[in-house]
Amino acid sequence: MCATCGCSDSAEPKIVNLQTGKTLTLQGVEHSHDHEHGHGHEHSHDHEHSHDHEHGHDHEHGHDHEHSHDHSHEHPQSRVISLEEQVLAKNDLKAERNRGWFEGSNILALNLVSSPGAGKTTLLERTIKDLQNEFSIGVIEGDQATINDAERIARTGCRVVQINTGAGCHLDAQMLANGLEQLKPERDSVVFIENVGNLVCPALFDLGEKSKVTILSITEGEDKPVKYPHMFRASAVLLLNKMDLFPHLNFDLEACKKYALSVNSKIKIIEVSAQTGSGLELWYDWVRQQIKSRQSR
Amino acid sequence: MHELGITQNIVSIVSEKAGNQKIKRVKLEIGKLSAIMPDAIRFCFDICAEGTVLAGAILEIDEIDGRGQCNICGAQMPLTLLAGICACGTNDIKCIAGEELLIKEMEVV
Repeated sequence: MCATCGCSDSAEPKIVNLQTGKTLTLQGVEHSHDHEHGHGHEHSHDHEHSHDHEHGHDHEHGHDHEHSHDHSHEHPQSRVISLEEQVLAKNDLKAERNRGWFEGSNILALNLVSSPGAGKTTLLERTIKDLQNEFSIGVIEGDQATINDAERIARTGCRVVQINTGAGCHLDAQMLANGLEQLKPERDSVVFIENVGNLVCPALFDLGEKSKVTILSITEGEDKPVKYPHMFRASAVLLLNKMDLFPHLNFDLEACKKYALSVNSKIKIIEVSAQTGSGLELWYDWVRQQIKSRQSR
Repeated sequence: MHELGITQNIVSIVSEKAGNQKIKRVKLEIGKLSAIMPDAIRFCFDICAEGTVLAGAILEIDEIDGRGQCNICGAQMPLTLLAGICACGTNDIKCIAGEELLIKEMEVV
């Protein structure tokens, strides 16, 4: 295990291309360990213990010692250097490159975010089945481990690449760039990015997508938007999923919408059930609108 | 815990700027609404700094209070959450301070 960040080999981010079956370890991603793993530190202690002190106590106490302090303490002057450097600048720069690439290829990229188990993959499976005759779709799956989700998506016949973030709790722009190299999405297509299930970190890491879409299942409680405001603020759309369970839950729908609008007055809220298909047509209409606005650009 | 990755970023950016000069102190600005916990950064800093020019450096963190501005009437107000309601009644408020995540300066020896 690496002492610097606590990662182990199995925690290295990697990419699985479901089309070719190839697995790649990510190099050059943010987590690419600028620190060296070569543990080349030397422990050769060259200190000498030859104590040449003499104990001949003929010290004189005639205090006419002069305290002329002209010894230079050789304290090199420390200098303060102003940096004003954004910590996430590197990620943001890579995200902008991804964004430019998407625009150049006329691809609509949507970043799907939610807590684990909100139904992102089920929603995606259904969306692909219903829309893949209208336009070409590619999927980047992000999870800490396993290719389970990518296998589910692959069964729809859609192109898919799995990114395992290892120790990471979110996808970053470099991981996405590497995933796109494998996915090779077609021109004029739609790329859905299923981020790692987590309502905090993915909000901070721009990937270069057109919009973020938050999926909140109503089993999670209505106050999630105010508990995790960053995610809801960063998203263009909120899909309230698992609406088929509404009769069985004490979910305050109006309060949830009010909370969401209080952190993001522009968020578009759509009630859906990925299981039964209710409300999905409104979600599809939103996606179609995005494609249209892209083409009219 | 994204603070670990963020701290690694901080160490890598400062190391790059410092070349082989030894760092005595690093000062960050972290907004109170930034979803970054200063304590978690402090926790990770020593481990991330080990073996770099930042080893043993003092980490200073200035926490910046949240401030919002109404998109409708232009009034400014303090924000303790990323949501708020303006005196004019709207919740269409943009955050103008409190989301910082900045390496302000470094002191080299």
